[in-house]
Amino acid sequence: MAKQISVFLENKAGRLSHVTRVLGDAGINIRALSIADTSDFGILRIIVNDPARAYRILKDASFTVSETEVIAVQVSDTPGGLAAVLEQMSESNLNIEYLYAFLGTSENDALVVFKVEDIDKACATFKEKGIKFIDEKQLYEL
Amino acid sequence: MSYWDKEKECMPRKELEELQLRRLKETVYRVYAFVPAYKEKMDQAGIKPEDIKTLKDLQKLPFTTKQDLRDNYPFGLFALPMSEVVRIHSSSGTTGKPTVVGYSKKDIDIWSELMARALTSAGATRYSVIQNAYGYGLFTGGLGVHYGAEKIAASVIPSSGGNTKRQIMLMQDFGTTVLTCTPSYALFMHEVMQEMDIEPADLKLKAGIFGAEPWSESMRREIENKLEIDAYDIYGLSEIIGPGVAIECANKQGLHIAEDHFLAETIDPVSEEVLDDGSQGELVITTISKEALPIIRYRTRDLTSLDKNICDCGRTHVRMQKVLGRSDDMVIIRGVNVFPSMVESVLLNIPGVEPHYLLIVDRKGNLDQLEVQVEVSEQLFSDEVRKLEELGAIIAKEMESALGVNAKIRLVEPKSIERSEGKAKRVIDRRNI
Repeated sequence: MAKQISVFLENKAGRLSHVTRVLGDAGINIRALSIADTSDFGILRIIVNDPARAYRILKDASFTVSETEVIAVQVSDTPGGLAAVLEQMSESNLNIEYLYAFLGTSENDALVVFKVEDIDKACATFKEKGIKFIDEKQLYEL
Repeated sequence: MSYWDKEKECMPRKELEELQLRRLKETVYRVYAFVPAYKEKMDQAGIKPEDIKTLKDLQKLPFTTKQDLRDNYPFGLFALPMSEVVRIHSSSGTTGKPTVVGYSKKDIDIWSELMARALTSAGATRYSVIQNAYGYGLFTGGLGVHYGAEKIAASVIPSSGGNTKRQIMLMQDFGTTVLTCTPSYALFMHEVMQEMDIEPADLKLKAGIFGAEPWSESMRREIENKLEIDAYDIYGLSEIIGPGVAIECANKQGLHIAEDHFLAETIDPVSEEVLDDGSQGELVITTISKEALPIIRYRTRDLTSLDKNICDCGRTHVRMQKVLGRSDDMVIIRGVNVFPSMVESVLLNIPGVEPHYLLIVDRKGNLDQLEVQVEVSEQLFSDEVRKLEELGAIIAKEMESALGVNAKIRLVEPKSIERSEGKAKRVIDRRNI
């Protein structure tokens, strides 16, 4: 399990650059990022090296921000790698709210961040099926 | 229950009406004799001062509007020479030429008396520390409250509007017990308090007297819960005298209009027909003791209803319902009347929604569009698009059932809607009609 920082962004010029500048100035490193967008607003989702501090800094800068529990899964960086994981999740009836991928550190693996409906069930399933997910510390230190 | 002037505030209706009639007659004689604009209007209507024989005859007199004050800018409606005028106040003039009002020495005394009654009604005493965060200057709010607070011998902090962090510092260091400002500024102060990590328990604040803009019952609850105080509504307008025309008592069931100095009526804003007590309409006020600027049947544009039933507090003076909105603040969207206060009530009934909002009215093709901007608090925020969209849909649905028009809800970042230190700006109308 890992902590993702989610930030509400109005669909307005300069908002994303403002968040990233605030984080950059505070020495927060962004490990992974995804944006969900609608016509009016967006939600920025990031994995950073120090979520607790990033949360505080963004809150102090008057952003609406929340911490969300996610799972980062190691997926084999080969054709069909993600499909194999998703099929096993589907078999176990794990509902995925959203996901985003980023390159891991090893040449053979990619990392996929999952937000699932029932995180405890997902962890249990992954363990049972031998799907590797990396722990919080490892993720932040990537 | 405490009163500033029990004899006047609890005067039996019959006695009160005798006093009112005597004062009304005097006022009509005076404006007819000394103010050419009134004489002209009354002549046109075929009314002579001696035609006013009963209180009901008030209805024969022509109305006075803001436009009359503008047409006679600056001092044309004054009934006294400038040598007798000791104070001048003025509106900001954001909607046209400013309206200018003047006071004689006696007018100032009466105004202070009315504010003393108002502050006492809200529980203030000589032991209170009153922080007056209404703007001092041409606006009547600041000085009006100030004189009343000195009259009751309370300790006044004339902090005026603005510099919110300093306001809170003063509140904490000087042990403010009563706050006077606009209701929207009170909520803004609470936000700043949170940023400063100051809790209501760190303060001695007990009561707030809020006015100068319409605010809903839900907003009262919000202020009372957040600041842990009793919040009282005060009503007034510079054209009549300033704050202190009407004030809530501890029952908070309407505002007592100082009937020994003002006559109140409600009319249909369109047909101008006088309405029965209890029906909602535009408040019309006649001053019956003012010297420098007596005003006959002033159309306030404020919408309310009147209630002459005697209040549990013992005051006999008529109560006006909390102002619902202004007939000129009202936006007509696709033929439906929408008041910012209605939007506010809807929002405050949805848990987690902050009462900071902005209505944007626009016209696309021939169709009016209403957009309501709502700030997304941390409590409402979700990392899932679906949940935020659901929230928008819930607000839109509630809004439609309450207003009768559909509104587009736009979720915006917290604190992105401009905070006001005076009257809050709630509506932007971009229609070019």
